[in-house]
Amino acid sequence: MQDKNILEVKHLVKYFGRREILKDIDFTVDQGNVISIIGASGSGKSTMLRCINLLETPTSGEILFEGNNILDINTDIPLYRTKVGMVFQSFNLFSNMTVLENCMTGPVTVLKRSKKEAKETAMKYLEKVGMAQYINARPDQLSGGQQQRVAIARALAIEPQILLFDEPTSALDPQMVGEVLSVMRELADEGLTMIIVTHEMAFARDVSTRVIYMADGVIVEDGTPQEVFGNPKSEKTREFLSRFTDNN
Amino acid sequence: MATDMPTSFFGWVVFVLHQYGGALLQGAGVTLLLAIFGTFIGCIIGLLVGIVQTIPITERTNPGIKIVNKIVQFIFAAYVEIFRGTPMIVQAMVVYYGSMAVFQIDMSAMAAGFLVVSVNTGAYMAETVRGGIISIDKGQTEAAMAIGMNHIQTMCKVILPQSLKNIMPQIGNNLIINIKDTSVLNVISVTELYFVSKSAAGVYYRYFEVFFVTCVIYFIMTFIASRILRYIERRMAGSADYQLVSDPFADPTGVFPNNTPKKGGK
Repeated sequence: MQDKNILEVKHLVKYFGRREILKDIDFTVDQGNVISIIGASGSGKSTMLRCINLLETPTSGEILFEGNNILDINTDIPLYRTKVGMVFQSFNLFSNMTVLENCMTGPVTVLKRSKKEAKETAMKYLEKVGMAQYINARPDQLSGGQQQRVAIARALAIEPQILLFDEPTSALDPQMVGEVLSVMRELADEGLTMIIVTHEMAFARDVSTRVIYMADGVIVEDGTPQEVFGNPKSEKTREFLSRFTDNN
Repeated sequence: MATDMPTSFFGWVVFVLHQYGGALLQGAGVTLLLAIFGTFIGCIIGLLVGIVQTIPITERTNPGIKIVNKIVQFIFAAYVEIFRGTPMIVQAMVVYYGSMAVFQIDMSAMAAGFLVVSVNTGAYMAETVRGGIISIDKGQTEAAMAIGMNHIQTMCKVILPQSLKNIMPQIGNNLIINIKDTSVLNVISVTELYFVSKSAAGVYYRYFEVFFVTCVIYFIMTFIASRILRYIERRMAGSADYQLVSDPFADPTGVFPNNTPKKGGK
């Protein structure tokens, strides 16, 4: 098997109270895949992403990571989360720490690395996202784009096997979107497995190996960018995409 | 000797200072010790209660842990309500005399005093800490959990340092309240400032003069405490500036928000 399957979501269902947000979601992620999840607000994209690293507890279903069901009661959730990093829409950098400390705290506190080793790792990724010279700054002293790049470095510093992005550019103004997307593009080129919830259609089309279109808590379309953007099977997808292509 | 007695107000003040200055200062020392120690231990109690009260319980939590958690939460809630809901002066009496009557523990007045002030402050701090924790954006907790931190690590590394900064004014409030309110411990004969003042005043029946001096001493203590706390608050806020490091070409976007780096200052 060429593509090693590392994440498999089976029959995932999530209720908030009595509202069914996710209805029987199924999909798989292979090593090195870059999967973009698109869809209207409220379609359950973010909820699904948050279920994957258990920031939301699924109501039922299975999530298999390297073959093990992480919804099993015996799963060491913090350990699992070190393998599945997350980048948030609102960055969520630790405001009591400098840029460097933000990127070191994962390796030091969670992975029990030495300070020296953690600093080397942190610097490596801060350099990759172009924020190495800001290591002494605090988050509130940086622009949104800079904060998001640091947040990506922080997530990379624990060296996860999959990185989840929850609308990473939605809180940024257009000028800063580019700098974050170019970092993400670089990561995709290096073969990092990524699941990206996004409204950046051009990015989804150009960078993804697969695009998933969600509406009302179900996966409507799942295919290559050519399939989904070029020749969508469902009327819903076509309608959703037309709004974007009209603008471009 | 009677002819040497002072006749004016200031004469008496000087006389009191001369006669009882040392004793009053010693009383002030005991007051400060009680207040600082009590506030410190109270803060620690408050932090612990705060951490436990915010343990996340989800559908996936082990049922055994859920039950233990429920019981502990109930005990903490009862503790907070009881100690917040009764006067410290009464608590002092109950603890001091009750420890002997019920548990046959011969507690010194000082020990009872420490206990009452700490536990009382803890009850208030528990609520303050809980408020401080709640006030921190949920995204901070999520980000900490997303890099694999457990509840304790999330609290100690991320949430508490931030909430501590927010609740510093309240800690200061508690210290100042404690400096003043330890005076109620005179009912169990703790030799703090008020107790010493009362004893001194009784000797010459000069209540006004002695308590005028006492008043000044209390004010000096609370004023200095509030200034020191303000200073610590400012220190915690940190410098408003930062310095760029080394090679400017490391930044592909070439944005330099801070061309003239300065050290420190607002």
